[in-house]
Amino acid sequence: MGKECEKKNDKKEKNEAEKMKNEEEKKGKEKNRKEKNENPEKEREVLYWLSKLVILGAVSIRKIQEHFRSLGAFYEMMFESGFSFACTSKEGVNNIEEKSTVEAFLERECPFLSKRQQMAILSHRANYETCKAEFEELSERGMRFVIWCDEEYPEKLREIYDYPMGLFVRGKLPDQNHPVVAVVGARGCSEYGEQLAERFSMTLAENGVQIVSGLASGIDGASHRGALRAGKPTFGVLGCGVNICYPSENFRIYEEMGRTGGILSEFGPDTPPKAMNFPMRNRIISGMADAIVVVEARARSGSLITADLGMEQGREIFALPGRVTDHLSEGCNHLIQQGAHLVTSPEDVLQFLGVKYQKKLIIHEKNVNGLAKKEKLVYSCLDFKPKHLDQIVAQTGLGISDCMGILLELELGGYVFRSANHYYGKKSDMWENG
Amino acid sequence: MFKRAFSAGLLGVNGCVIQVEADVSDGLPGFHMVGFLASEVKEAEQRVRTAIKNSGFTLPPKKVTINLSPANLRKEGTGYDFSIAIAVLSAHGIIKSEILESSGFLGELGLDGSLKPVRGVLSMVLAMGKTGIRRCFLPEENVQEGLAGEVMEIVKVQTLAELVSLIRDPDSIVYEKADENTSQPPISYSVDFSEVNGQLLMRRATEVAVAGRHNLLYIGPPGSGKSMMASRIPTIMPKLSREEQMEISQIYSICGLLPPGQALMGLRPFRAPHHTITAQALAGGGSRPRPGEISLASRGVLFLDELPEFQRQTLEILRQPLEEHRVTVARISGSFEFPAHFMLVSAMNPCPCGYYPDRKRCRCSKMQVRRYADRISRPLLDRIDICVEASSVAFEEIRTKQKNESSETIRKRVEMARKIQRARFADTGIYFNSEMGGRQIERFCELGATEEQFLEKIYKRLSLSARGCHKILKVARTIADLEQSEQILQSHLAEAVSYREIEEIYWGGQGEREKLTNQSFSKQEHKSQFTAKK
Repeated sequence: MGKECEKKNDKKEKNEAEKMKNEEEKKGKEKNRKEKNENPEKEREVLYWLSKLVILGAVSIRKIQEHFRSLGAFYEMMFESGFSFACTSKEGVNNIEEKSTVEAFLERECPFLSKRQQMAILSHRANYETCKAEFEELSERGMRFVIWCDEEYPEKLREIYDYPMGLFVRGKLPDQNHPVVAVVGARGCSEYGEQLAERFSMTLAENGVQIVSGLASGIDGASHRGALRAGKPTFGVLGCGVNICYPSENFRIYEEMGRTGGILSEFGPDTPPKAMNFPMRNRIISGMADAIVVVEARARSGSLITADLGMEQGREIFALPGRVTDHLSEGCNHLIQQGAHLVTSPEDVLQFLGVKYQKKLIIHEKNVNGLAKKEKLVYSCLDFKPKHLDQIVAQTGLGISDCMGILLELELGGYVFRSANHYYGKKSDMWENG
Repeated sequence: MFKRAFSAGLLGVNGCVIQVEADVSDGLPGFHMVGFLASEVKEAEQRVRTAIKNSGFTLPPKKVTINLSPANLRKEGTGYDFSIAIAVLSAHGIIKSEILESSGFLGELGLDGSLKPVRGVLSMVLAMGKTGIRRCFLPEENVQEGLAGEVMEIVKVQTLAELVSLIRDPDSIVYEKADENTSQPPISYSVDFSEVNGQLLMRRATEVAVAGRHNLLYIGPPGSGKSMMASRIPTIMPKLSREEQMEISQIYSICGLLPPGQALMGLRPFRAPHHTITAQALAGGGSRPRPGEISLASRGVLFLDELPEFQRQTLEILRQPLEEHRVTVARISGSFEFPAHFMLVSAMNPCPCGYYPDRKRCRCSKMQVRRYADRISRPLLDRIDICVEASSVAFEEIRTKQKNESSETIRKRVEMARKIQRARFADTGIYFNSEMGGRQIERFCELGATEEQFLEKIYKRLSLSARGCHKILKVARTIADLEQSEQILQSHLAEAVSYREIEEIYWGGQGEREKLTNQSFSKQEHKSQFTAKK
């Protein structure tokens, strides 16, 4: 018993000690930030230069910054102080002895960097001037480079372990005084999922929530579209350069979003969309958000990565439930099993965020009171998941041409949508109850 | 001595009479053939001389000149052998007869003097009939085909020696009579619509398409019965008339595709070329143009399965024949015209994997779906009036014992609708609703006030084009005809609208939802903005 008690006490002490440490670190960080504001432009330049090195991740750069207090200082000590003058020549490292001193310096000062990273930094020195020129062109090309010590940099994002040191931005960054919600989901989604994503985002945006997503096709695109339809800014995090619209089918959204909201990426301009970059941008989506809504996700999908990252970062996860047999709901149901919130209406998210809202919101079918008897019959056979005309005919017992006529009426009336030539589904409607 | 005999050659699908002139004169012994001859015709010299020798005749060593007239037409094929031999024999004075002047000879000679069949006999016999030739000597295999022409007497010949004896004694000539079994081709198909279970919508759309001879596109997952349905379309088309039979049989005869032992084609053709087909094979071609698949499908169905897999260039060739119902092939040897009165039926999967919009099985993105469908060119799509989606078939539907409607019943309805169309278009030069032009649509597709309003509503809501609107009217006309309704009613229009292809999903049109985001931004503006900045 006694031993156990001791152990517990030990743990408590340790915990307290850790807390103290954390607090100290936090204070230190804040201090850091203030200190670094001395020369933010130099900082930006060096960060831009370093971010060109694919081999250096966000964490490595952060460690350099923490070790040397600022990236500017790091650069100066490396290349501009006396002992490494030989390296400043354009040809790069040519004097073996001098090189070895710089190498030794890096080895001594930065044990957290691998040998390859160190070598890469050394040889990257020659590119500094071109990088600088590129950097100065950024604003001309309609982009900004926001770095960690800027006021503008999202506070929430800085909380995560591997936050990007700098963000390339077209447009603006989310307003820090308003909540941010990420609405994400599968690319190959169902019509139902797309409709719901749009509705959710629209309602959330109308209530002052800023929508973040990944501008991918499917759910991501639909959620941006929803926010735009509400006339509110929305933010897209890309896995390529912010001057590239990928996938091109979302071009309109991309344009509109760049004007009213913002497009951001940790990857430099002109970076092509590479498959490896997309999971990386997911951490930014989740990192920026207060809550993550997963609309539709398959098992083991990118949306689940976002949710998992969000969970690690301490974000609140919301998932839309689905039928057990639906592949597209497997991921969502799994999340709910793991303890994610089950959402049935945007109201649930708003409640969590503490946003005041006026009307009670329930996702509903359209009101069919105005319809004729046969139309009601046909409508009642439909589902949010599109059905083939043959099935509708079989269920209603009406003739094919009758059914076609009625469905056309319903389509014209906005009750029904066609997902393919002869597949019909119900349109959902946000119904406001008192 | 100069003598001549008559034979015939082919010009496209039609035959043309060729005069084979032979002259024997003193001079250096030799055998000279002239008249724009292909190499197989020139080789006839060896076959003819040897066959004559082996038939027991001796030719004296003299100079022989052969001319195939008209000399400006290129002669191809081995069918001239027989007539050359006759001309040579009579020029040498070995046979003398009055009847040569009114007889035609077709056939290839073997070295032993035996006669072998040739292609395209029907067309050639018909051509000879027109110029007043009264009888034709044919190898045994071609006799029935010759009889099918019904323009002249046909004599069966097996060897050159037999022929010589027949000509020397014209009274012994036996004229062939049409064989009941072969001259009446089979007119029942081996397949029937009653074998197709389920797919009510496809059945209906197919019926409408056949009734107005609209071109048709099936979209559906693999194994949903698209090809099965298509292969049964000929069974619900009206039976072939005598003229149509002749037209088809001529084409098949030229290509050597007549079923063995059959003189005429009794069934409507169903051609399903593989998607690797070349443009030439589809339209017809070769240095000596032969009818392509579209001509072989004339009066029947040309079925293009996996439409997006066809080479774009190949499909573009269909545009002219679809409008004009004939195809013109121009080659160095002349320009030839082949008939192309086919109904185009095509099938495609909705996306590369084939299961869209079934999200359980299909993972194709919207872009992929669109790109897949985009492989079909717009102009071709514009010529397809009816576009129908096949559902994946439920197990109950496959195993159902329920009796389905047979081809016979459907055909009766189709024939009724066709009859109405024939009466309607009696003085216009067209035959089917699908062929109507703008003016004819105005004349024959008049709408009542409510229908006019309904169409306007559809036009605006679904943002149709003028062409799309015409398509809907044409199809609605056919649906009304099927129901024997003089007036096009709202229900007919509604059904026709449902058969239009959806551009937003399959053919890259901008989606309805995109429009709703009320944007004033165009792609051009974006480009100019960016270039200016750079």
